[in-house]
Amino acid sequence: MKSVVWTRLRRNKLALAGGIIVIMLFVVALLAPVISPYNPDEIDAGGILSPPASSHWLGTDDLGRDVLSRMIYGARISLLVGFVAVGISLIIGIIFGSVAGYYGGLADRIIMRFVDIMLSIPTFFLILAVIAFVGPGIWNIMIVIGLTSWMGVARLVRAEFLTLRNREFVLSAQSLGLSRTRIMMRHMLPNGMAPVFISAILGVAAAILVESGLSFLGLGVQPPTASWGNILTLGKSNIEIAWWLSVYPGLAILVTVLGYNLLGEGLRDAIDPRLWENR
Amino acid sequence: MTKFLLKKSVEMLFTLFGITLLSFFIIHLAPGKPTDILTDMNPKVTPEMRERLEKYYGLDKPIVVQYGMWLKRIVRFDFGDSFSTDRRPVWDKIKERIPITLGINVLSMILIFVVAIPIGIYSAVRRYSVFDKVTTVFVFTGFAAPSFWLALLLMILFGVKLHVLPISGITSLDYDALSVWGKIWDVSRHLVLPVFVSAIGGIAGISRYMRSGMLEVIRQDYITTARAKGLPERTVTYRHALRNALLPIITILGLSVPGLIGGSVIFEQIFSIPGMGLLFYMSVMMRDYPVVMGILTIGAILTLAGNMLADISYALVDPRVRKA
Amino acid sequence: MGQHVRNIRIKKRVLPLYPLSVYLLLLLSILLSSGCRNEGNALDKSDSNNSAENSTPAYGDTIIVGSIGEPSVLIPMLAGDSASHEVAGLIFNGLVKYDTDLEIIGDLAESWDISPDGLTITFHLRKGVRWTDGVEFTADDVMFGYKTIIDDKTPTAYKEDFLQVKRAKVLDRYTFRVTYKKPFAPALSSWGNLPVLPEHLLRGKDITKAAFRRKPVGMGPFIFQKWIPGEKIVLRSNHDYFEGRPYIDHYIYRIIPDPSTMFLELRTGGIDLMGLTPVQYKKQTDTEFFRKNFHKFRYPTFAYTYLGFNLKYGLFTNRKIRQAIAYAINKQEIIDIVLFGLGRIATGPYVPNTWPYNPDVKKYKYNPEKAKHLLAEEGWTDTDGDGWLDKDGRRLEFTIITNMGNDSRRKAATIIQWRLKQIGIKVKIRIIEWSAFINEFIDKRQFEACLLGWSIGLDPDQYDIWDSSKTGEKEFNFISFKNSEVDRLLDKGRRTFNIGERKKAYFRIQEILAEEVPYVFLYVPDALPIVSSRFKGIKPAPIGITYNINKWYVPKNLQRDKLIP
Repeated sequence: MKSVVWTRLRRNKLALAGGIIVIMLFVVALLAPVISPYNPDEIDAGGILSPPASSHWLGTDDLGRDVLSRMIYGARISLLVGFVAVGISLIIGIIFGSVAGYYGGLADRIIMRFVDIMLSIPTFFLILAVIAFVGPGIWNIMIVIGLTSWMGVARLVRAEFLTLRNREFVLSAQSLGLSRTRIMMRHMLPNGMAPVFISAILGVAAAILVESGLSFLGLGVQPPTASWGNILTLGKSNIEIAWWLSVYPGLAILVTVLGYNLLGEGLRDAIDPRLWENR
Repeated sequence: MTKFLLKKSVEMLFTLFGITLLSFFIIHLAPGKPTDILTDMNPKVTPEMRERLEKYYGLDKPIVVQYGMWLKRIVRFDFGDSFSTDRRPVWDKIKERIPITLGINVLSMILIFVVAIPIGIYSAVRRYSVFDKVTTVFVFTGFAAPSFWLALLLMILFGVKLHVLPISGITSLDYDALSVWGKIWDVSRHLVLPVFVSAIGGIAGISRYMRSGMLEVIRQDYITTARAKGLPERTVTYRHALRNALLPIITILGLSVPGLIGGSVIFEQIFSIPGMGLLFYMSVMMRDYPVVMGILTIGAILTLAGNMLADISYALVDPRVRKA
Repeated sequence: MGQHVRNIRIKKRVLPLYPLSVYLLLLLSILLSSGCRNEGNALDKSDSNNSAENSTPAYGDTIIVGSIGEPSVLIPMLAGDSASHEVAGLIFNGLVKYDTDLEIIGDLAESWDISPDGLTITFHLRKGVRWTDGVEFTADDVMFGYKTIIDDKTPTAYKEDFLQVKRAKVLDRYTFRVTYKKPFAPALSSWGNLPVLPEHLLRGKDITKAAFRRKPVGMGPFIFQKWIPGEKIVLRSNHDYFEGRPYIDHYIYRIIPDPSTMFLELRTGGIDLMGLTPVQYKKQTDTEFFRKNFHKFRYPTFAYTYLGFNLKYGLFTNRKIRQAIAYAINKQEIIDIVLFGLGRIATGPYVPNTWPYNPDVKKYKYNPEKAKHLLAEEGWTDTDGDGWLDKDGRRLEFTIITNMGNDSRRKAATIIQWRLKQIGIKVKIRIIEWSAFINEFIDKRQFEACLLGWSIGLDPDQYDIWDSSKTGEKEFNFISFKNSEVDRLLDKGRRTFNIGERKKAYFRIQEILAEEVPYVFLYVPDALPIVSSRFKGIKPAPIGITYNINKWYVPKNLQRDKLIP
């Protein structure tokens, strides 16, 4: 089956492109100190807001810092935000979802009610309020995004567990007297992981977008750290004179989010057996 | 149907209670006090005056009591008075802004519906065609572009470079002097960019759901049967498949309400639209708890209303739901 | 406006409530409430062709002013934000105001007498001034305002000055007398528009609830007409204004929370007057279009930005370290980057060219070598070669905190961080939302260094900021500066009316502050208003440009009559 997925994935050029984009991002983030032409924090009073040129390929920002270098380092932030936030939401979502799905009954009803409540809050409002009140900062942002985005995962895991819990291998594991946690985590979870994994990839994209939105409202990472979101904020205050501050980081976010989305969707198509025409 | 509605309403009230409880605690447990804005860094304010102000606002009481007081007022639809120096009733402040935010959201919903569904259907029917590929790229791009970035680029293009659209607010300065049609024209021109920007993400999302929904339905047995019976492809697609593929979309539209409302913060700020999102942002920055709570509550009510509408339409289309 | 004589010194902080360049708001607020100095170059040279001579004043037209912030209340004594004061200042006048040379002159008070001991002021009010509902303005209105402001139930931040009053009395319809407990130098200037309210409209009403708050009736040059929340406030001219009917018929205060959007509106004619950001001033308005259609102004504000050290924090108890940091900061670089050069170096808590300003204090010219040297003397060297200074195994590092929503402060902090890194000091920056910033960090003294600004008043009394008795919780000497000589001098300065003696005291205070470095004083920004060139009669003065907005006019042929609100 693995090879079928792989073949299908390879045939889906968009998904492949998504995968390449994501890999490239990892490479850039990893090699940031090697490939960035300048120290991303280096201030230059003589060259503030200078347009792209051979000395600064993507121009400089309002403190005279090299935009290209800052964007390269910004890739690290966007990776970090995406993965930590989604990691948190996965943990919460899996715990809630598996408990609800495995035990059913009252636990399920309470948890699902809680999920409904969380889904009915305009989350961006809540995130905004919490970040403004507890103070901005990369960790706060990741935690708050994680805490407000686990509901989808919980629902998915619950649905998987509901169908899995009466399957033979689960029943036999139960009759062997294995602990519930073990059954849930070792036996059931891996079987229901595929859709969760895909939704996690899409979640990374969403988290990156939320972070850039918060940065845009001035609630992003703390200086001098560079993130695409906060470069864009500068772009906004200088939109008429420094288009490069808006265009490039905006494009970087777009491409990144696009990459994750394409990859996620491509995987979904590839894994979903219902969509295999000529199996 | 009545029973169904009743059950839904009770659930809704319960959810609403949960939302307010959650929001209230999260917001009040954060550090900082609303009186700060009036008193901080102001050398003329003594600690006694500060205490007096805090007492005046009831901030000296335990948080549970504060929530109780808030809830007691809220059932009478009294959101209290704003902490900001204008001290107006919160409901007045929100009330005058709801139509704007809601209006834009409804318009963008309509736009989403009108654009996304045909795109989705067509991509599914003509899967892997050039159209499918082009729209897929377009849709993904729209989905991935940060809305404020898009807004800024559009503002510069249409507002500054081409001078064809206004760039901020929802009415022109001479609005009052315009004729009725002039007013409608004026507001429409102001709404073009905000509605488009707020809809673009939704268009991308919904058309995607629509596409996969259609694909799934097309593969179902009854469609195959319909085809086998020799019904024309058109009839199969539009009569049988569409109806079933639309069902999940209704739910998704309902679920996308909080996202739309939440997103209003950003585009209202960019376009200087005096809606709920902008009020929320200002109130958060001023620690205006009653307004923040009020908007979270109203936002939740709107969301729930959206869900309710979705449920009802779902029930109307699919009788099985009513009985469940 | 000249009317807010006393508000000015109270507005000690730049409003932190708004996103991105709040800086703009600062500029605008200062342009309208305090002003520029008497320095000949008040007008930017390139734009000094404001030819008022070749046109005749005419009534009509509308001025549209852009603002980032929305006023919250239009009663001066209740307002805490500059936007409110800006609009309320056009509706209400005070008993006294500052004239263009920063002298206190009569406004609603025609004249006043001060008793020889300096304790009693008797105001003689102008006769025949009417509230815009037709009722005459009298001493009872002043008394009513005074009583309201000292009332416990009035949530005002401006009470302190009026609590210094021992007795207030209405002598007759046009005479009002106040007696102070002790000589109080800022006394006269406190009688601006804060304590003036129409008794006949507000008597017996709860001022915190009255509709008057958002629908005020005043006696100033403009009359409140309507307020569309989140959008605009419209005022119309007061034809019976006691200084004569203003030429401009309508004043619209447009609220646009985003500076770039506001600038676009300026360009497309949706706004006639706004405060530019330095980058807009320098880079976006140097075109033929702007030269033809607008006049730019530039003058120093009454405000400064500083890096404050928590003197209770171990590292900063050492004066040499504070001095070293002062030497390691390139103030001119900060001005060049943050303000695009549109500002000047601050050397103390007063702005250059005002009478209390002492130009001959220690200046701390940028000198990283000297900074390193001072630190080495104190034992801080890079022993492990990691680029950071250390001593006894501890790295030399500290955190600068500043409030959210202020772009200039964020930039300044980042530049300082970079410069200190060059000499081996590791700096972290935390930007915190205003309320938490104050409550959790400043008030609880939970900070090492802070980057903040004061906007200073026209009266030099800064007792609350520097006196050692003001270090309590929530008080303004939050860096815990204690110096007995400064304490003595501060008291001397506020208890005498003799300018010479006050000057001596404040000069000495500045010398001590420069030596002790409790703050590294960074810069004084310029106000950068821009006005559509169809408005004539603008006369830049030390207090700004809008003080005489009632005398501004648009010649008949330039009026844009279609913009009737």
